[in-house]
Amino acid sequence: MRRFEYLRAASIDQAIERLSFDPGAKLLAGGTNLVDLMKYDVACPTTIIDINDLPLGDIKETSDGGLRIGALVTNSDLAFHPVIENRYPLLASAILAGASAQLRNAATVAGNLLQRTRCSYFYDVMTPCNKRTPGSGCPARNGLNRNHAILGASQDCVATHPSDMCVALAAIGTMIVVQGPNGARSISLADFHRLPGDTPEQDTTLRNNEIILGIELPPAPEFQRYSYLKIRDRLSYAFALVSAAALLTIDDGVISTAHVALGGVAHKPWRDTAAEVVLVGRPASRGNFHQFASMLLSRSEALSQNGFKIELARRTVVRALEQAASRTPQSQSDKRVH
Amino acid sequence: MDQGPAITGKSIPRIDGPVKVRGQAKYAAEYDVADLLHAAIVSASIAKGRVISIDAAAAKNFPGVVAVLTHKNRPWFWPFSFLYKDLAGPPGKPFRPLYDDRVLFSGQPVALIVADNYEAARDAAALVSVSYEREQHATDLAVEVSKAYKPPRHRLGLAPTPHPTGDADRAFLASPVKVEASYTTAAENHHPMELFATTVEWSDKIVTVYDKTQSPKSVEIFLKVALRLFRRKVRVVSSFVGGAFGLGLRPQQSVILAVLAAKALKRSVRLVLPRDHMFALGYRANAIQTVSLGADENGRLLAIKHQAVAATSQSEDAQDPMLNFSASLYRCDNVKLTYQLAKLDTVSPCDMRAPGAATGMFALECAMDELAYAINIDPLALRLANYTERDQSENRPFSSKALRECYLQGAERFGWAKRSHAPRSMRKGKELIGWGMATGVWEAAMSPAPARVKVSLLADGRFEVTTSITDIGTGTYTILTQIAADALGAPRERVVVKLGDSALPFNPIQGGSWTAATSGSAVQAACDKLKKKILLRAKQTGIVGNGQATELLSPAALADLLKLSGSDNLSATATIINVKFGKKYASATHSAVFAEVRIDEELAVVRVTRLVCTVAAGRILNPATARSQIIGASVMGIGKALYEDAATDHNLGRCMAHNFADYHIPSNADVYDIEVLFVEETDDKVSPIGVKGLGEIGSVAVAPAIANAIFHATGQRMRDLPITIDRLTRLSD
Amino acid sequence: MEVRANTALHVTLTINGVERKASIEPCVTLLDLLREKFDLTGTKKGCDHGQCGACTVLINGKRINSCLVLAVSRDGSEITTIEGIGTANELHPLQDAFVRHDALQCGYCTPGQICSAIGLISEGKAKTRDEIREAMSGNLCRCGAYIGIVDAIEEVIAAPRRKTVR
Repeated sequence: MRRFEYLRAASIDQAIERLSFDPGAKLLAGGTNLVDLMKYDVACPTTIIDINDLPLGDIKETSDGGLRIGALVTNSDLAFHPVIENRYPLLASAILAGASAQLRNAATVAGNLLQRTRCSYFYDVMTPCNKRTPGSGCPARNGLNRNHAILGASQDCVATHPSDMCVALAAIGTMIVVQGPNGARSISLADFHRLPGDTPEQDTTLRNNEIILGIELPPAPEFQRYSYLKIRDRLSYAFALVSAAALLTIDDGVISTAHVALGGVAHKPWRDTAAEVVLVGRPASRGNFHQFASMLLSRSEALSQNGFKIELARRTVVRALEQAASRTPQSQSDKRVH
Repeated sequence: MDQGPAITGKSIPRIDGPVKVRGQAKYAAEYDVADLLHAAIVSASIAKGRVISIDAAAAKNFPGVVAVLTHKNRPWFWPFSFLYKDLAGPPGKPFRPLYDDRVLFSGQPVALIVADNYEAARDAAALVSVSYEREQHATDLAVEVSKAYKPPRHRLGLAPTPHPTGDADRAFLASPVKVEASYTTAAENHHPMELFATTVEWSDKIVTVYDKTQSPKSVEIFLKVALRLFRRKVRVVSSFVGGAFGLGLRPQQSVILAVLAAKALKRSVRLVLPRDHMFALGYRANAIQTVSLGADENGRLLAIKHQAVAATSQSEDAQDPMLNFSASLYRCDNVKLTYQLAKLDTVSPCDMRAPGAATGMFALECAMDELAYAINIDPLALRLANYTERDQSENRPFSSKALRECYLQGAERFGWAKRSHAPRSMRKGKELIGWGMATGVWEAAMSPAPARVKVSLLADGRFEVTTSITDIGTGTYTILTQIAADALGAPRERVVVKLGDSALPFNPIQGGSWTAATSGSAVQAACDKLKKKILLRAKQTGIVGNGQATELLSPAALADLLKLSGSDNLSATATIINVKFGKKYASATHSAVFAEVRIDEELAVVRVTRLVCTVAAGRILNPATARSQIIGASVMGIGKALYEDAATDHNLGRCMAHNFADYHIPSNADVYDIEVLFVEETDDKVSPIGVKGLGEIGSVAVAPAIANAIFHATGQRMRDLPITIDRLTRLSD
Repeated sequence: MEVRANTALHVTLTINGVERKASIEPCVTLLDLLREKFDLTGTKKGCDHGQCGACTVLINGKRINSCLVLAVSRDGSEITTIEGIGTANELHPLQDAFVRHDALQCGYCTPGQICSAIGLISEGKAKTRDEIREAMSGNLCRCGAYIGIVDAIEEVIAAPRRKTVR
């Protein structure tokens, strides 16, 4: 770990001010990812701004019937919040599919949004990695890439985003509320995480001098059907090979809305609203789900070891949609996939 | 003495349970030592080559750093590698950290930072920059297999690979039914939860080394000889060991480096190796195997050919009994075994729970399943058809063998009779169900080196049992307490067992499943001696008139006895020397494992929903701790079957598994029902107390049973471990 | 390379009901503070990266991996470690159940398992064996004592209910 100066922000403005003139500063909330990366010398902030005293820990209903969730709400508090359990069960389910109870007790909403990839080259400072050290190369492309991206990858980076929570947020359609020196702005989740391109060191569109205040969920439609299905190498406490978050509304057997996001397949939660349109107005049938899944994955590309993820993702999407349609969402403790 | 009912053979709770659940058990890194320095390693980023230069200026200037040790400034070493031999090492040159500028494997320690606090050592290590001269490395077994060789020197204490019998090549060709298949198994790491760590308490006269090891005695000898501490008294303490599974059989890099630093600085030093470095301490050798089975139409084996190429390092010929059981498990007149090694630029492989057997039996037992399907008979029936009462490789009977009972009782318990034979014929909902089975075998042996135990009557009427062996979580404290209590006729509360200290009577190594049989027999013998002494003394002092009423010897009476006899203790020592019954008997522990898997047909999510493990291991000293051993080994078997793969990037020559996110060991959610049955087995030959040992046997048959169950569920033969989703996803195409 | 001044900061933590003060650098984790400075070695280091659960302690009643917590960041918190749970004469019901169900072998992960289980019970979410298994999956055990661990927790969860039935 590199040595750093530790500051405790007393106000949001103070934190932003420091970020504005100190390029080596990083914000610390739960620390579950940042401290981990600091221990591996992957993250080397010279200043740590602890934001745990900031008033960003509330969950409030918004005037339009949606929900505003503070950046510092822990993953556990969010997953077990009655409003989340009742109206956004997809989000609760996805959060509970990730990490462990201990990590969820410390990890926050903002920290989860800013979680960095789990690519083992990125984590190992003795190997090249364009994301960690721009221009050094990507050994994963011709190396161990079994769990790397099948969508949206670039020549420079084939890493995936590891979050479960963000996959659900992508499906729900979430706004990220951030504040910088010039005031607040909102970024849609779809625009928040980026594809690697030739600047894989940038995970998100958050600017260096901005702080996440919280997220805003749209009102939850009634009678929404959902499922979060995560496929991984062991049955718990592992990052996704592939995961799918599905939200459906069905009237008289006909799909009226369909939101589907994929995790573990790209540098960001993967969603394709154009493909979703295909499902609208059609019966909730396996055939339609399959056709949709094929469209969603039509631009997927395999590396040397991860070709299986394309078919696995297709099947996972179909199953998640079936589970949602039949109102039998995947349980995160009963490991049998329904 | 106040004789209670015998407790040996009963499920008494683990003696060290209360201290462990309260967090009071002290492990190697947890001894509070005055003026302690902390060390951290800098490791090599290349797999092969030379260190050209080490720039440690920034690290040396880091606040708190006391020294940076490299091959250039380390204390003087013997130039002769044979002086670095330990009790468990294979033939070859043992790895000597910081010896010279050679880099032998990626992750090799090339510098050691010593600082006055832990954080300074950890953080200064990152400031060291090392430049290398790279050489072309070889880390891919699939490539190096072409250079496989028969190990020229045989590993001491390891039974040799059995010689061929009959003419297996010809018999195989002539067999009406033939099965031939290749199997690969990944490199695995032991990963005990406790990190390898050493705390060295340095003084001019005595050096106390708190170390994570399976053999305090071996470490003591090693330090005296290899690190030239022969002028000092060296005491190695390992009262509690947070698991080891074989990785603590040899003096590890942690103890060598910590003692080097202590010696260089004449200070007390602690070194805790980080989890990522535990991949660079030793591994279960990955292997490529081919099994060829020839049989008649009834399944009677006519030929067994089993060849294996296992990984080893450039400097040592690591060997294990990978094929040793392939000649003796089944009745077959024509057997040919070929065991070879291939050198890689890695650290040396290191025995890991059921070394060799877990790998070799995976291939053999999967091949047997393939044969059962080739002939279209039940896999269990095939085993029974080839059951042997003799060890054919040496043509001798077994000291005992209740494997048949394992098969039958396990099958009964599991409900094997309800199995439908055809693959893909059992399912529930979206899940395919598979039932598979496999046989396990491990040598039942006493320690090859003698073991000594001392039992003393203390002034307060308690009995103290001491020996230098450790308890790595196996239950040694508990079973030795039970044996001593019964042998002495004392309640267990009056027996104190002290272990894990090289200052205690010599007891070589905890490993090979021989600790219970060896140390238990020594405790029994020492207690018998002490009892005789006490009776004699009681007669002499007149406490008991005629030596009849020993039961009356209360703690108070025993204290009187000591007082009257004018000594503050009375003790007896016994040494157990390996009972050799020579060529007369073969001796083995056996198991039969029955596995149920449920696999989502589309998504290839595998759940091991049920395991029934039946074990014949002679006398069971404590069914509760014995059951835990078998369950724990089975969990490790699940890991081997489905998850564990220390994957190497061959471009970099570097193992890219660095932590528990890269290398999955089973979590709680992965473990469903595991049932353990010990079948009745009496054996008066294997060891004086009739014990065969349990450490390894539980790990042998689980992976093949699961692989066979997966075949039964899916119809797909999975011949490569681990059986991950990517290997399984073709299953509904 | 610039090496930042190692500014020591004061932290006050209430550990097992006792107020403890320390002057530490911000790079010290709660785990290392407990083990190296307070000699509370019951909390274990198993991976140092939040992937094994051996370092689990209760911070303000919640189970958390102490290895990923910068100690200064939790200034003023209440910490419960295994040393604050049960006594030699009276084990906590979970400790007692762990011993009876042989829910341990080497014992290294055990303090973390027990702290985690206490957190699990107070969360009140896990009831069935499947739920306990999942909720305890943040605590790895290489000895493979999971079945005993689930048995012990299940028994303690059920115990008060059994009493009220009687």
